[in-house]
Amino acid sequence: MSDALMQASGLTLRFGAVAALDDVALEIHPGEVVAIVGESGSGKTTLLRVLAGMMAPASGQVLYAGEDVHAMGESARRRLMRSEWGFVHQNPRDGLRLRVSAGGNVGERLMAAGARHYGGIRAEAIEWLKRVEIDPARIDDMPEKFSGGMQQRLQIARTLVTQPKLVFMDEPTGGLDVSVQAKLLDLIRALVAELGLAVLIVTHDIAAARLLAHRILVMRRGQVVEQGLVDRVLDDPQHPYTQLLVSSVLAA
Amino acid sequence: MIEAGYNFGYLDENTKRMIRRALLKAVALPGFQVPFGSREMPLPYGWGTGGIQVTASVLGPDDTLKVIDQGADDTTNAVSIRRFFGRVAGVATTEKTEEATVIQTRHRVPEAPLQEGQILVYQVPMPEPLFRLEPRVAETKRMHALADYGLMHVKLYEDIARHGAVTTSYNYPVLVNGRYLMSPSPIPAFDNPKLHRMAALQLFGAGREKRIYAVPPYTDVRSLDFEDHPFVPVRADAACVICGSRSSYLDELIVDDTGKRAFVCSDTDYCASRPPLEEEAA
Amino acid sequence: MNAAIRTEHLSKTFTLHLQGGICIPVLQDVELSVAPGECVALAGPSGAGKSTLMRCLYGNYGAGSGHVWVRHAGVEVDITSADARLVRAVRRDTLGYVSQFLRVIPRVSTQDIVAEPLMARGVAKEEARARAAALLARLNLPAALHGLPPATFSGGEQQRVNLARGFAPGYPVLLLDEPTASLDAGNREVVVSLIAEAKRAGTAIIGIFHDTEVRDRVADRLFEVAPIQSAAA
Repeated sequence: MSDALMQASGLTLRFGAVAALDDVALEIHPGEVVAIVGESGSGKTTLLRVLAGMMAPASGQVLYAGEDVHAMGESARRRLMRSEWGFVHQNPRDGLRLRVSAGGNVGERLMAAGARHYGGIRAEAIEWLKRVEIDPARIDDMPEKFSGGMQQRLQIARTLVTQPKLVFMDEPTGGLDVSVQAKLLDLIRALVAELGLAVLIVTHDIAAARLLAHRILVMRRGQVVEQGLVDRVLDDPQHPYTQLLVSSVLAA
Repeated sequence: MIEAGYNFGYLDENTKRMIRRALLKAVALPGFQVPFGSREMPLPYGWGTGGIQVTASVLGPDDTLKVIDQGADDTTNAVSIRRFFGRVAGVATTEKTEEATVIQTRHRVPEAPLQEGQILVYQVPMPEPLFRLEPRVAETKRMHALADYGLMHVKLYEDIARHGAVTTSYNYPVLVNGRYLMSPSPIPAFDNPKLHRMAALQLFGAGREKRIYAVPPYTDVRSLDFEDHPFVPVRADAACVICGSRSSYLDELIVDDTGKRAFVCSDTDYCASRPPLEEEAA
Repeated sequence: MNAAIRTEHLSKTFTLHLQGGICIPVLQDVELSVAPGECVALAGPSGAGKSTLMRCLYGNYGAGSGHVWVRHAGVEVDITSADARLVRAVRRDTLGYVSQFLRVIPRVSTQDIVAEPLMARGVAKEEARARAAALLARLNLPAALHGLPPATFSGGEQQRVNLARGFAPGYPVLLLDEPTASLDAGNREVVVSLIAEAKRAGTAIIGIFHDTEVRDRVADRLFEVAPIQSAAA
């Protein structure tokens, strides 16, 4: 459909003998949350990186707002990455500057976008710390002193502060304790709904996919074996691999 | 008189040509760091090898050279570089800012306004303004290419958040011609405004890092700041004990065993050119 | 043809790949049509596929073959083949489903769970919350509980939250799977009157009612879902 935010087709990529992506197509529309699930090595993280322009496919095309992501210059791609896109890494250490204060981390994207009013940047940072449930009194603390859950919430604040349209999330709850995961998932769910974000989330957590996503893609060996409405795919899986995936999860 | 056995200006003509080409490119892209084939010089890195190669490449027989180190004409580094060019180029040398056609400097900009036709050559230890913030050289190059300088502002933000003000007092980063982030070399932040729309040509040479960059005459050079925390050039709130200046950049001296302090102009030529001890009204 | 929801040759077979690919046919050639303002109760022994039919109608299960047509924004949409975004739009605006069990969202209050589908349809937050509170109160859920997430509620309380969430938006088509199963007599009466009001408002209702007394009071007719005998034969 023409109003898709991102459209990908025919994506193929091999790592030696392994097919990381085998003729993958995908569309995401404004405000839509799409989960990509599958076991390790199924190609889901590779797909995310190819869609986000961080890795080039051997063949195929990724269009964002009608523009070819892999044909545009790096400068255009970076501009997207710090304005209309966001990327939330599994390990918050990859997405944060650990020796820059929490406020500086949140403010960086604002400053990169041209904000030059210290007071304004700080006020915005405080606002976002509150939104991700970090005590604003910690604005000048270094994230290396934060817990894993707090670091991940800070990474989310840092990513969302410029109100992106499309956010890529790579196992955002991956390394966290179960209790912390629930809180983070709920936070992501609330923010995504509130801001009307389009989100592509890679996860192996079926329950997280069910909670957050509208649509789901099941990947195996570089192929999308099944996709559709999240509840239909999880409650009435058709492909043998999806049935295996769903049956391996406790009360998803 | 050039000492026998040396080419004019020490460097061979091909090297000078290579450096001049880098200089032309640098002038065409104000603030952009141009790589060049830095040569071994008869003095160690950190003593101004980059500045000397630039000076050697722009110097002609009719030029008059002035060399300052921290503003002074009479320190070891300044004296030896001046003597060096006296021997290998035979050019006239001076300590007077207004008489010089080429001024090589370490860590200062002269107090007297420079004129069209003059060239100011800076010695630069580290040309990359982002190097403390981003350790990957490839990444800093990409940041320059894309004018992706949010990180530099993050550093200023951190200063204000932690100390209430930007604490960088020398080598304060500037944006040249609205495009490239540039290190002004370790001059005091007090000197930064002098770079802005200067009438003279400014050339920067980093010998160890093998980079040349330039600011052509009358180019915008802005110190980075925030709207609500504007850049403020700071100087010691004192008068020079020799000439009484309250507007020049001062060096702090400890003058006796009891730790008594005194301030004198860092620019010795400026200080000497003023009538002694006529203290200006504050 | 003015059905609010209808099926056409709807069939459903489960293929269990993990059990050697055995096939379990559950629905065969189901033809059901419900008009606006009509309430149809699904009848048949347990295991006959009533819940499966409900889930197919909601699009929660895919159909093996056939169609499920829902009149949405003036046109009939086939839930079995529409793309995911269209199904979501139909569920937001037209098609409601009250399942037997509440799917609890962590840390979200009862009142917000009920207000959420209203807000999705563009009702302002304050009004949505007020309507949610009123409906919860009508279902005898004390105001003290409205601010709490329902995870720790009893089965009956959770079912009432679910009912409030299903009835609040006033969907043109409403699917009710055992809506009174864990309710006491008083709350059963509330549900009966909610159904009656919805019918008067033109809602087409399809329900599974274990409680035959309730069923006979709300249903205009029964629709027999017969177990498929031929599978083993």
